[in-house]
Amino acid sequence: MAVSLDLLMNAVISGILLGGFYAAVSIGVSISFGMLDIVNIAHPAFILLGSYIAYIGNSVLGVDPILASLIMLPAFYLLGTGIYQVYFLAFERRGDESLRGLAFFFGLLFITEVGLVLIFGVDYRMVEASYVGTSLHFGLFDLPLRLLVPCVVSLAMVGLLQIFLARTFIGRAIQAVAQDALALRLMAADPTRIKRIAFGLSIATASVAGAILILIQPVEPSVGRDYIGRVFAICVLGGLGSFAGTVIAAMTLGVMESFTSTFFGPSWSPAVAFGFLLVTLAVRPTGILGR
Amino acid sequence: MNAAPLLRVENLGKRFGGFVALDAIHLDVAQGERLGLIGPNGSGKSTLVNCICGTLRNESGRVHFSGAPIDGLAAHERTRLGLARSFQLPRPFATLSLAENLRIPILYTVNARPGAGVPAREIEARCADLLSQVGLADKATQLPRDLTQIEMRKLELARAMAAQPKLLISDEAMAGLSHNEVDEIISLLIRLNAQGVTVIMIEHIMRAVMEFSQRLVVLVAGRKIADGDPREVVRDPEVVRAYLGE
Amino acid sequence: MGAGKFFGLLLVAAAVVFGVARWIDNGYVFFAGYVVLQYIVLATAWNILGGYTGYVNFGIGAFFALGAYSTVVLHKLTSLPIPVMMLVGGLAAGIVGLGTGYLTLRLRGAFFSIATLALAVVVQTLITNWDFVGGSRGAYVLRPRVAPLIGGDYIQYLFLLMLGLMVVILAVARGIERSRLGYGFAAIRDDEGAAEASGVPTLRLKLFATALSGGFMGMAGAPLPYYVTYLDPASGFSLSYAVNSIAMPLIGGTATWLGPVIGAVLLGTLQQVISVTISSAVNLLIVGLMLVGFVIVAPNGIMGLLQARKGRR
Repeated sequence: MAVSLDLLMNAVISGILLGGFYAAVSIGVSISFGMLDIVNIAHPAFILLGSYIAYIGNSVLGVDPILASLIMLPAFYLLGTGIYQVYFLAFERRGDESLRGLAFFFGLLFITEVGLVLIFGVDYRMVEASYVGTSLHFGLFDLPLRLLVPCVVSLAMVGLLQIFLARTFIGRAIQAVAQDALALRLMAADPTRIKRIAFGLSIATASVAGAILILIQPVEPSVGRDYIGRVFAICVLGGLGSFAGTVIAAMTLGVMESFTSTFFGPSWSPAVAFGFLLVTLAVRPTGILGR
Repeated sequence: MNAAPLLRVENLGKRFGGFVALDAIHLDVAQGERLGLIGPNGSGKSTLVNCICGTLRNESGRVHFSGAPIDGLAAHERTRLGLARSFQLPRPFATLSLAENLRIPILYTVNARPGAGVPAREIEARCADLLSQVGLADKATQLPRDLTQIEMRKLELARAMAAQPKLLISDEAMAGLSHNEVDEIISLLIRLNAQGVTVIMIEHIMRAVMEFSQRLVVLVAGRKIADGDPREVVRDPEVVRAYLGE
Repeated sequence: MGAGKFFGLLLVAAAVVFGVARWIDNGYVFFAGYVVLQYIVLATAWNILGGYTGYVNFGIGAFFALGAYSTVVLHKLTSLPIPVMMLVGGLAAGIVGLGTGYLTLRLRGAFFSIATLALAVVVQTLITNWDFVGGSRGAYVLRPRVAPLIGGDYIQYLFLLMLGLMVVILAVARGIERSRLGYGFAAIRDDEGAAEASGVPTLRLKLFATALSGGFMGMAGAPLPYYVTYLDPASGFSLSYAVNSIAMPLIGGTATWLGPVIGAVLLGTLQQVISVTISSAVNLLIVGLMLVGFVIVAPNGIMGLLQARKGRR
C-alpha cells in the first residue's frame, strides 16, 4: 500500500512537472490560435527546430540548451513575423484561410520535418546538461531536475508573456486585436502590425519550448506530430486565449498522461491527448476559462 | 383575434457573455402582415432575426411558427418550414453564378418540401424569373464578385424569395440604394405581400418603412419600446428620443 | 456529357491503359502505374471533402492505413478475394470518418482538421500496439504468384483492381459535381451559414462527404499489403500519403474531378523520377515546397491557371 502510494504521488508530480512543460509548448498556439485565430498546425515543427538548434549549440559549442534557445529568440521572432507576412498577403487578405491557409501550414510542417530528416537523419538526438541526471528528494517525493528545470523555465516564460500582455501597450493591443480589430484601428494602431508582432512572439516561444523539449526527451524529426494533438487539446480545453487556462489544462493533461504511462505504458500517451481533445470538443468547446 | 399569428416570439432573451443583446422580446406577426422593424444600430434587430431563423440559439423564450414551436430546430429546417431571410451583409455563394445562387434554395428548400417541387428543366427559368424581378436578369451567368454592393443586396433578397417563404425577413436590403431603387424594392415587397407572403422589413430609411408597414415595432438596446400603428409610433416621445430625434 | 457516357469512356480508357501495359509487359510499368493510380484515387477522395465541400482532412494516413490493416486482419483470418477486402476496408474507414465527423463537424472547420491530424497519430498508436497485426515489427503478407482471372504476374491483378477503383471514384466525383449534392457541397464551401439559411442540411451533407471520402481512402489502402508484401506502421502511415493527397488536388485544381487527376499524374511521375535519380527524402521535400508554392501563388491550381488563360483570350 505504501509502495503504490509512493508510485501514485510520483506519477502526479511527474505529471504536474510535465504539464508545466506542456504549457510552454502550447502557449505559442494559445497566442496564434487563441488570439489571432490562425490555425498554425506547424507550431510543433518550429519547436523541433528549436530542439535541433539547441542540440547543435550543445553538442558543437557546449552551450547550455536553454541558453542557446534564448540567444536564438530574435531569429525565431523574425521567422514568425516573416511567416505571418506571407500568410497575411496570401490568405488572410483574400479570405482563403480555411482551405489554403491550413494547407500552407501543413506544408510548412511537412517541409520542416523532411528538412530535418535530410540534415540530421532519423536517429534520436539528446543533450547533455549538468542538471539532467539528478533529482531532488523530499521524503517520499522525487523531483527529477530533468523535469523540474523545464517546468520552471516554462512557467517563467508564460508568466513573463502574461505580464507583457497585461502591462505594455503592444501587449494590450494584442489582446484587443483578438476581440475587435476595428476598435484597434480607431486607436491608431495597425492591426496587421500588431498581429505580426504577436505571431512573431508565438514562434519565439517555440525556441524555448524546443530547448526544454530536448532536455526532457530525446528527439527525432517525427516527434513533432505527437505534439499537435496535445497542443491543440490543451489550448481548446484551457479556453482559447487564456494563459491561465492553458497552464491548468496543460497540467491536467500532464497528470493524465503520467498516470497512463505509469500504469499502462508510455506508448499510449498520444492517444490520451486525442481522447482529451475529442471529449473537450464534444462537451465544452469553449474550454474551462474560455470566452 | 381571429387567426393564430404566423410568427410568435415569446419572452425571447439572448446574451453574449455578459452583454444582454435581447431582453424579453414579445412579438406577434399575423399571417399576411407587413411589419416594419426599426431601431438604432446595435439595438439587436439582426440578433433577433438570427434567433428567429435559427442561426443563433436564444437562451430564454420561445419561438412559434405556424402554430408549432421551432426552438431547437436547425436553421435549414426553419427555412423549409417557410421562414426566409436576407443577410444584412450580403453572403453570396462566391464560386457560383447568380443563377446558381438561386438554385440552392430551390433545390434544398422548395424541392425538399412535401409535394411537387420545381422540376429540373424548369429550375433555370425560375432562377431567371427571380433575377429579373430584382433587375439582375442580364447578369445571370456572372459571379457575385462582379456585382456592386447594391446588386449583391438585391441578390440576397432574390435568394430569400427563391425559397418560396411564408415569412420573409428583409434585413436592411435598401441601405445605399437610390430613390428609384428604394421604390423598386418597396413595390417588389408589396407585390410579394399581395401574393400572400408575410414580410418583416428591417430598415433605417424611414420613408420606406412608413410607406410599407402596416405595423411598426421599435427595438432599442435589446428591448421593444413600441409596437403599433406606424404614425402613432413615430410620434411616441420615447421613440423620438431614442431613435428618430438624433 | 451524361454520367453513363462518361463512365463508358472511362471504362474504355481503362481498358486501353491496361491493354497497353500488358503489351509492354514490363513489371515496372505495373508497379509504378499502381502507385500513380492509387494517388489518383487518394487525391480525388480527398478532394470530395476538401475541394468540393471545403473541409480539410489531414488524417488521410489513418483512413488509408485502416484499409490496409483491415486487409491484414482478414488475410490472417479468412481467404476472401481482394475486392471484398476493399469493400470491408472502405467500410471500416468510412465508419471511422463518420465517427470523427459526428464529434467535430458541428464546430468550426479548423477543429475538424485538427481532430483529423490527431486521429492519424492515434490510429497509428493503436495499430503499433496491436500485436495481432504485427505491431511495430510489421506483418508479412504472401502475394500469390499468378493473378486470378487474367493470368500473368499478380501485380497485374493489383493494377487492374486499382484501375477499376479509379474508374469508380472518377465517375462518382464527376457525378457529384453536376448533381444536387454537388451544389449543396459548393454552398457549404462558399458560405456554410448562408447554405443553412437556404435550406441545405449542412451537418448531414458534411458527414456524408466525410464518410464517402474516408471510405474511398480505405478502399485505396486495402490492396497495399499485397503490393508491398511487408507492411509496418512506419510505411503504412507514411506522411507521404497525407502530403500527396493534399498537394495533388491543390496543385492540379480543386474545382473539378480533373484537377486531382492532373496533380496525381504530374506529381506522381515527378516523384518516381526524383526518387530514382536523387533520393526519396528530397522527393518529399520537393512535394512540400510545391504545395506551399502553389497554394500561395496559384491557389486555383493548374486547372485555374489554364482557365484564366482561356478567359483572357
